[in-house]
Amino acid sequence: MALSGLDIYKLLPKTNCKECGFPTCLAFAMKLSQKGVELSACPYVSDEAKAALEAASSPPIRLITIGTGENKIVVGNEVVLFRHEKTFYHEPGLVVRVADSWEPGKIAEVVSQVDSYVVERVGMKLTLNGIAVENVSGDATKFVQVVQLVKQKTALPLVLMSANAAAMDAALQIAGPDKPLVYAATPENWQAYADLAKKYACSLAITDSGDLSRLGSLAESVIKAGVADLVLDPGTRNLADSLASLTQLRRLALKKNLRLLGFPILALAGGDDSTLEEQTILATELIAKYAGIVVLGRFDPTGIYPLLAFRQNIYTDPQKPIQVSPGLYKFGEPGEQSPLLITTNFSLTYFTVAGEVEGSGVPSWLVIADSEGMSVLTAWAAGKFDAEKIAKSVKSAGMDDKLGHRKLVIPGYVATLSGEVEEELPGWQILVGPREAVDIPSYLKTVWKAA
Amino acid sequence: MPVTVELPKEKWNGKVREITLGATPAQGGTRTSTVTVGGETTLPFLHFEGSIPYRPAIAVEIQDVPPQDWSTTLLEAWDTAASDPVSWAKKAVELGADALAVKLRGTHPERQSRSAAEAAETVKAILGAVGVPLIVYGPEVAEKDNEVLVAVAEAAAGERLALGNCEDKNYRTIVAGALAHGHLVVAKTPIDVNLAKQLNILISDMGLPLDRVLMDPTTGALGYGIEYTYSVMERLRLAALMGDSMTQQPMICTVGEESWRQKESKVKDGVPSLWGDFAERGPLWEMATAMALLQSGADILVLRHPKTIKTMRETISKLMSS
Repeated sequence: MALSGLDIYKLLPKTNCKECGFPTCLAFAMKLSQKGVELSACPYVSDEAKAALEAASSPPIRLITIGTGENKIVVGNEVVLFRHEKTFYHEPGLVVRVADSWEPGKIAEVVSQVDSYVVERVGMKLTLNGIAVENVSGDATKFVQVVQLVKQKTALPLVLMSANAAAMDAALQIAGPDKPLVYAATPENWQAYADLAKKYACSLAITDSGDLSRLGSLAESVIKAGVADLVLDPGTRNLADSLASLTQLRRLALKKNLRLLGFPILALAGGDDSTLEEQTILATELIAKYAGIVVLGRFDPTGIYPLLAFRQNIYTDPQKPIQVSPGLYKFGEPGEQSPLLITTNFSLTYFTVAGEVEGSGVPSWLVIADSEGMSVLTAWAAGKFDAEKIAKSVKSAGMDDKLGHRKLVIPGYVATLSGEVEEELPGWQILVGPREAVDIPSYLKTVWKAA
Repeated sequence: MPVTVELPKEKWNGKVREITLGATPAQGGTRTSTVTVGGETTLPFLHFEGSIPYRPAIAVEIQDVPPQDWSTTLLEAWDTAASDPVSWAKKAVELGADALAVKLRGTHPERQSRSAAEAAETVKAILGAVGVPLIVYGPEVAEKDNEVLVAVAEAAAGERLALGNCEDKNYRTIVAGALAHGHLVVAKTPIDVNLAKQLNILISDMGLPLDRVLMDPTTGALGYGIEYTYSVMERLRLAALMGDSMTQQPMICTVGEESWRQKESKVKDGVPSLWGDFAERGPLWEMATAMALLQSGADILVLRHPKTIKTMRETISKLMSS
């Protein structure tokens, strides 16, 4: 939590020596509170004051990195409870669990599928983020073999899950340089796990399924032992308890400024005994409400796709809506006599129009013009969706060659542009479509048919 | 040294309105069960902080005529039940519907263009066949909506139906029908906090008590604008808990209609194989949409697929157990 100028003043030498360039210590403190000057400008500041000020300026939820290179998972640094207050910054890492008790063939297959899973939405490639290897066997040799196998199959970050410190040490000897997340320190074993995290310079997950006070005590022990990068697992596994504990942790970090629990949260969704539906529903809750890492118990493409789409939706900056890539979109299998519509590339405009066109069942072409992410009326008012832009978008989509007709449906809200568009597109007939997307299906079935 | 963490609780002043759909014979209707939603004094499912007296309800969407444009996944699941509104209604109740959302699509001028009187007969037949409360939607064409919903309101006087949709350009006739015959209305606005408040004010100014108004913030499906709906619902619910009276209506979300409109749920062939199994994809898409909106404050989920109905019933039970 930010300190006020007066709070800072109390920590300064109060000698008004002016060496910082300000006439008084109070003036310097005021500037500091506005982040207009660095604390190092004061030559006489005490170590104690430095520590207090640094703590106050560090983020309430520590930024944690797992893995290395371009695939690394970076989570934390969140500043709000509700996305409309600002935005959610770091998408939770979705990692898939494999158990060292499985057949090596099955492990290799799952890891390869996770590694290569990619779906595209609104021009962005959505992928999974890592593999959690669980030492179900309890055997160190087996664990190491499987970690080795997984490393051969993927460069994605790893979460190493073992309750056996010797097995963890052995696995870290081969995987440590890849900076996996070490899971997990408990009230019983924390000393050994803290030592491992320090030895291999990895982030450490801590877990205590008791309550948040016990988790806080564990965090304090581990931090005192010298581990700075923590991930918290409150140990709640069902929908209601997870929602409560993850909400409490987020509030404690942001509203109570509780440093001990100011870390990203790891949660397990689904295991051997839960269904794909249960896993998908719990993971949906965890993505919406505050998880930093979600460990999925099973890999099934059908259950992965909705989670990736939902994560993309929730982590979109509300101030900067996603823009859809301009260009040509097909619905059904449109042919040369199919209708051609045009609209803007504001994502919600696109989704509304696309949903209605898709829902109409009429195979159609839709050209998306680059309106810089503005909706139809806003773009029109701002000159980003004018006759010239419309004509250019239709031409660059190559519609001249794709169509047997020369008819273009423009949004009803820009009916006034139809004459100008006809001038820009000689030989074309401009039809004025509905103002609201909801009326598109009936438009396509009646007006378009008749046209 | 043991650490003591005090659990952070917000102190909310406001409360979501309690609204009851359906009326029993003692209350002037013929329903054998009623549905009460709302009454929350905290954010969704935060039992440690406040009271959540009623579980979110599941309304199952049925139509008066067999749907023409539904995904094959849905049509196969309902099979012959969907060929007739009465058999469909009975099947939906068997599967666990707390209420039915009856869409009178057959009255649409471009569909069968059924008359208001026929629509009223259909609603009467459904009321005669099942005991749960009904939410009744017109064809979503302004003039015909008025005609159909007024006829339905009259034919089902005293049943405490919810009549939808009231929109800013078309609410007076429907509200008048609800007022005259003891029903509720669904007030629908396009993903906007202020428009939602405004419509509640307009409806309340006509004399309909606010404990007879459900709010539909407009649902965007998963992948199709859900983030807008999600945030508008969070903002409405936060405002309600902070005491803003005109945002305290329970929220109804048309999850089924929106999530089954999309390519992911409808198209089997020619889509990326990583989208997964077609038969499971649609229900999962609907379930994830429903779950997300429960987290942002949905009080009534309008659902389509039998699997979603079952799974969301179980999910709501889990969320309500504390």
